[in-house]
Amino acid sequence: MSLLVALTAYAAIAKCGGAKYMNAIYILWLRQLKRYSRSRARIIGSLGQPLLFFIAFGFGFGPIYSKAGAGNYLEFLGPGVITMAIVFTAMFAGIEVIWDRQFGFLKETLVAPVSRFNIMLGRTIGGATVAVIQGGVVFVLALIIGFRPTNLAYLPFAFIFMFLIATFYTAFGTAIASRLQDMQAFPLIMNFLVMPMVFLSSALFPLAGLPKAIEIISRANPLTYGVDGLRWALDGQSFFSPLIDFSVLSVFTLIVLAIGSYLFSKIEI
Amino acid sequence: MNDLIIIAENLTKTFGDFTAVNNISFAVKTGEIFAFLGPNGAGKTTTIKMLTTLLSPTSGFVEVDGHSSVKQQDEVRHSFGIVFQDPSLDDELTAFENMEFHGVLYSVPKDLRQKRIKEMFDLVDLWDRRDELVKNYSGGMKRRLEIARGLLHHPKILFLDEPTLGLDPQTRNHIWSYLKELNKNEKLTIFFTTHYMGEVEKTANTVAIIDQGKIIVAASPEKIIADNGVATLEEAFLKLTGNVIRDESVSGVDRLRSHRKMWRR
Ligand SMILES: Nc1ncnc2c1ncn2[C@@H]1O[C@H](COP(=O)(O)OP(=O)(O)OP(=O)(O)O)[C@@H](O)[C@H]1O
Ligand SMILES: [Mg+2]
Repeated sequence: MSLLVALTAYAAIAKCGGAKYMNAIYILWLRQLKRYSRSRARIIGSLGQPLLFFIAFGFGFGPIYSKAGAGNYLEFLGPGVITMAIVFTAMFAGIEVIWDRQFGFLKETLVAPVSRFNIMLGRTIGGATVAVIQGGVVFVLALIIGFRPTNLAYLPFAFIFMFLIATFYTAFGTAIASRLQDMQAFPLIMNFLVMPMVFLSSALFPLAGLPKAIEIISRANPLTYGVDGLRWALDGQSFFSPLIDFSVLSVFTLIVLAIGSYLFSKIEI
Repeated sequence: MNDLIIIAENLTKTFGDFTAVNNISFAVKTGEIFAFLGPNGAGKTTTIKMLTTLLSPTSGFVEVDGHSSVKQQDEVRHSFGIVFQDPSLDDELTAFENMEFHGVLYSVPKDLRQKRIKEMFDLVDLWDRRDELVKNYSGGMKRRLEIARGLLHHPKILFLDEPTLGLDPQTRNHIWSYLKELNKNEKLTIFFTTHYMGEVEKTANTVAIIDQGKIIVAASPEKIIADNGVATLEEAFLKLTGNVIRDESVSGVDRLRSHRKMWRR
């Protein structure tokens, strides 16, 4: 909610300069959506990984998990895999800055009479929207496999957490991409930064009972709060209180948005 | 002061230990057509990037429309339009969507936007193909679309970095007569680079020639021709910048260095 409040407040401030700033943000958002909807191969291709996780982890670990008395593993895994899909799509959307730089389109936006902050904001909201849609698609996939949310009335909350995770990672990807000239460092970032964040976030296994050191790292990991919040909304169980999840993730998101827009504003071509 | 719309003083840009633009100074008068000429790699595009806030100068002073391109970037960005030398279209969008995107970004009001988009598509003869994805366009068609997009809004200054590169003579003439019209009717300042000297003789009020990062002459084309005792601007250009092809004039080490640069980019 705080992000929405921030955005509305921002919209009000932008009003001083007329609706034109909102138009710029809107057109950047629309561009991301058009590009996404035109890349069917990407949409379908990106379903492969979640499916693999459902099958390998869900059916592989499931029996062990319930034998240990922890309940239904698919229920636990559902929010985790949805989160993963959002994280990867959002990172990819953020890192698209590099493609735009290489194909030259970035220049077109960088010389426009629109502040770099608004350009970055439009891109980020667009990327986040795409990632949330992708998360929704994986949610449907989870339903097909047998995942059942405990309370449908909580879906709007699930949506909020999905949007926060998506915004965080799009801004995160944008921040990193602003400092890179090409895609060469991208696998490095995925393997040494993003994957560890996913594995240490309770997306795939519970936080309770982890060694102290790992638990401390998990607590410093923004994604932990995203997964936990989403799990609360979908499964009705969580490690922290949903309010803590929401507040911590919002603060992290605002910080990364600030850093991202600063780095984006410093891009030179 | 007010009749100078672009001022550059002691402008320098270095990349590592290579100096691309070396302490240049020049000024462009409001409403004139200014040609910025020079052999490949002379530093033309680098200079334009510094004027248009895409690159910060290593040292020196740049002012565009009364604002510093370093400290008042937002103000400067409100004053100009640009056609880049390198591609800058979104291949995954249609030609029309690229135009629409530009129009909204530059806050051209909706009615005017629709009218201008149609006009510009007609100017470059692409109206019938407006709904195709840009990735299916030919090189020349993409170039035409870049120009159409650059002219969609009417700024105070237009930067054109080799705008007519790769275009057929008909299209080139067509676009230049449109530009001259704009220049006359709307007092639009045009700053352009090109390698077609005929284009320059026909259009430019002032010519500046840059070579190896240094401006070697800035005057009217007539004066440059007369001062060098030649018949055409092309002859003057060759006389001033030498007859050697740039790539062949560099030593082996330099060539290696420029190869490395290519790879890094
Ligand atoms: N980002 C960069 N890093 C390193 N060197 C660069 C960079 N950009 C330009 N250069 C170098 O600066 C010099 C000037 O380049 P610039 O693009 O300004 O030339 P130009 O006058 O526009 O040439 P052309 O007529 O070929 O377009 C060249 O030697 C080029 O290799
Ligand atoms: Mg150039």
